[in-house]
Amino acid sequence: MTNFIVWVVWVLAALSLLGSGIAVVLFQNPFYSALALIGNLASLAVLYLLLAAEFVAAAQVLVYAGAVVVMFLFVIAYLGGRADAPWAGGPSPQSLAAIVAAAAIAVEIVVVIAMKAGDQLSTPAKVDDNFGSPAEIGRLFLGDHLLAFEVTSIVLLVAAVGGVILGSAVPRERRS
Amino acid sequence: MPGPGVAAYLILSVILFATGAFGVLIRRSPLIVLLALEIMLNAGNLALIAFARQTGTGSGQIFALTVMVVAAAEAVVGLGLIVAVSRRHVALDVDKLTTLRG
Repeated sequence: MTNFIVWVVWVLAALSLLGSGIAVVLFQNPFYSALALIGNLASLAVLYLLLAAEFVAAAQVLVYAGAVVVMFLFVIAYLGGRADAPWAGGPSPQSLAAIVAAAAIAVEIVVVIAMKAGDQLSTPAKVDDNFGSPAEIGRLFLGDHLLAFEVTSIVLLVAAVGGVILGSAVPRERRS
Repeated sequence: MPGPGVAAYLILSVILFATGAFGVLIRRSPLIVLLALEIMLNAGNLALIAFARQTGTGSGQIFALTVMVVAAAEAVVGLGLIVAVSRRHVALDVDKLTTLRG
């Protein structure tokens, strides 16, 4: 019975994930695309909860829906959401080539995973209660993955400095 | 009846990744290209977390958190570039942004 509920939640989250992902790509107005991305990230957070990754789900909602999407919305509001319809006037050779390339990427990934790990995918997952808890994540970050933790702070610092420099630079022709 | 296994999550992740790749290839507005890139990164994250649960080790979740940080940094720098480009009154169209000028 529990697994039935898990499957129902999984199917709903998967449909909403794929639907909002396609909406992000197909909406003409960038503002609507950014709003559809919130739905995409929220369905991903539900899937992370099903995968026993509570901390990652919380971080996903805070970092993505709370910070990244708000930043996108600010920039879109600043620049003005200009509509952009690449498929206006029938399918162009570029859009057909894009469909073929995206399908080729999907087929490649499936083939490689099936060749390399196809026999290991059916073994049942083995997790304990502690798995994915904030305490376990903290222990891993400050133990085995300390270097990644420290490099993360440098990456964030560099990105913050870069964002300030790119955002505050005035073009040369207007400076004089 | 067993719950959804790692294969189900992987299929979802592959479809999501292909959707993002399609968006990057077809859209001309750099803002939506960045949004589609976020979708691709999230598809990778989903696969990482599915494998983390499959193997029972937390390292996949650590990797997903690191990817999240890199995605946030990438959004900051990408949006900064888009704002800098629009300040120069150049059309926001990735097909037309073909030359770099200091």
